[in-house]
Amino acid sequence: MFTEIQHGLSAWGSFDTWIVITAALAAMACALPGVFLVLRQQSMMGDALSHTVLPGIVLAFLMSYGLRNAEWISPSTQLATLPLFLFGGAVVLGVVSAMLTEFVQRLGHVESSAALGVVFTSLFAFGLLLIRLKADSVHIDPDCVLYGNVETVKLGVAGVPRATAMVGSLLVVNLTLVLLFYKELTISAFDPSLATTLGIRARIMHYALMATTAATLVAAFESVGSILVITMLVAPAATASLLTDRLPIRLVVTLAIAFITALVGHAMALTLPALVFSRLGFPEIKDASTAGMMAVVAGMLFILAMFFAPRHGMISKGLGQTRLAFRLACHDQLRALYQAERKTSLGATVEATAWTKTQGFILHYLATWSLILSQQIARTAKGHKLTSRGKRAIEQIITNVSDDTST
Amino acid sequence: MASESIPPAVTVVPPLSIHDLTVAYQRKPVIWDIDYVAPAGKLVAIVGPNGAGKSTLINAALELIPRASGQVRFFGEPYQKQRHRVGYVPQRESVDWDFPVSALDVVVMGLYRKVGWCLPVLPRHRKTALAALARVGMADYAHRQIRRLSGGQQQRVFLARALVQDADLYLMDEPFTGVDAATERAIVEILRELRALGKTALVVHHDLQTVTEYFDEVILLNMRLVATGSVESVFTTDNLRKTYGGRLMLLENTDRIVGKGTSG
Repeated sequence: MFTEIQHGLSAWGSFDTWIVITAALAAMACALPGVFLVLRQQSMMGDALSHTVLPGIVLAFLMSYGLRNAEWISPSTQLATLPLFLFGGAVVLGVVSAMLTEFVQRLGHVESSAALGVVFTSLFAFGLLLIRLKADSVHIDPDCVLYGNVETVKLGVAGVPRATAMVGSLLVVNLTLVLLFYKELTISAFDPSLATTLGIRARIMHYALMATTAATLVAAFESVGSILVITMLVAPAATASLLTDRLPIRLVVTLAIAFITALVGHAMALTLPALVFSRLGFPEIKDASTAGMMAVVAGMLFILAMFFAPRHGMISKGLGQTRLAFRLACHDQLRALYQAERKTSLGATVEATAWTKTQGFILHYLATWSLILSQQIARTAKGHKLTSRGKRAIEQIITNVSDDTST
Repeated sequence: MASESIPPAVTVVPPLSIHDLTVAYQRKPVIWDIDYVAPAGKLVAIVGPNGAGKSTLINAALELIPRASGQVRFFGEPYQKQRHRVGYVPQRESVDWDFPVSALDVVVMGLYRKVGWCLPVLPRHRKTALAALARVGMADYAHRQIRRLSGGQQQRVFLARALVQDADLYLMDEPFTGVDAATERAIVEILRELRALGKTALVVHHDLQTVTEYFDEVILLNMRLVATGSVESVFTTDNLRKTYGGRLMLLENTDRIVGKGTSG
């Protein structure tokens, strides 16, 4: 097994390093607005925005070529400024879809997710319609606009692939925005009415977040593809929300998770096919999609957090319950012995079977052993008896309980 | 009572004056033709049945919801110009208490305007916030995540957040709802401190039993204004009957509520 992993990773070259760097930068860039989407309980907004930006991109595309055809700008300027046009289109549509959603929600008296559903399908359809209508006059390939692929990073100027430079600058921009507007984003997510009375218009902040998310989506789509982007927008932030109760820490943890996801995802894409599929009898499967594997890793990390998170995880919650049950079982045994001793003038012993029925067998067994080990009870020929230490313990418990109930 | 000790003939600009205010949700009016001038340095209860538009009145005054008509002036000027002199305490249920912030973080939010756009929160801001938490008896819980506070403690965090705003007029939406006795005492104490400093508070209040004890003035509201004025003159069985109509199940008790002395 290790040889297979080694073999898989031995092919790791500078190309793979660039793939991981690009994916990690893209993942972290997307995860930042994602933290605030998750905080506002609007995780689906990212998914919706990925569709609603289409008409904006198409219109921006058409406008750019329109200016070129009208000879207002030279072909070289047009090509150079095209990405800016596309960003602009996405940002405008991000705000428009947020506004339209509010409008439909208010006018149609429906909940926000229903309004979102109506708006995002309509806008996407409108975008497709535009492409159909204009496909003859201008060549638009939606694949090239929307669906990039992280495995095709090409070397660009100065050895840094263009896609890497793109998502790198995206991360820098998003990080700057989050740091600058940290207070404003936080308060308008937590308490929009207070924010508004303080002069921080919560609605404007909402539009700004939507615009940033839309721009992030477009920039990252082109570089690393849609699967990775939509995964990274929500999954790392959701995982981090299980791990931390403080927002600054949550931001850092989210970035770390995004990075780990990218790294582990690509390593697994290289090693897993050989490891799993060849054994299952599919030796022809030699490769797995890096973006897809990163999505799998993101999901797995979330499941791990769901189980093992320190406070919110299922295991920690379950352990807390078990620990409480165990403590109560110990107390019950001590109390039973104590009461039995007070009843029988001889004091001594109680049949162990007398109280097994009231508790689960395993719990009872564990409680007995822990009491023996801590020398609170001792074994006798017929059962168990309290030691002096156990007697002190139970007397303290009994007085504390009566204190608790009296207050 | 405080009203007797106020020097006469001083023309003070009223902290809040509402003229002809109407608010409608989907063309159905919620509050109608409200005319009200709040006296300075008084504690005012806003009282009325469910759906009477009590919260709407506050939200419309603060421009959180659109008005159908009417004018609102704070200290004689539009709200935008006097924002910094108005503090707001929203209903406790209006926010998500699972939000990853501590009690101290929430109180610091009240200072965001003073901190300024894009600037970081400084240690002196945190010190101010901590002092406010101490005033409401919550200093020990400053670093606790807000979900792990009781309802009363959460309400006190909100109150501390309003205190750091250092406003001259406070609008509070049901601060007494669902809180323990200790919190209720703490809130009343803070309200009286504010009044002693010459500040005004308008408080949406549900518990008719305590109106005479806690407040100087009362606004009786049921979509329209039923009556406004000092508790002694306005908070009568007759007016309560007009405000609550048949819904006042406590009507048998109103004599007791109203007559329960105004020494508070």
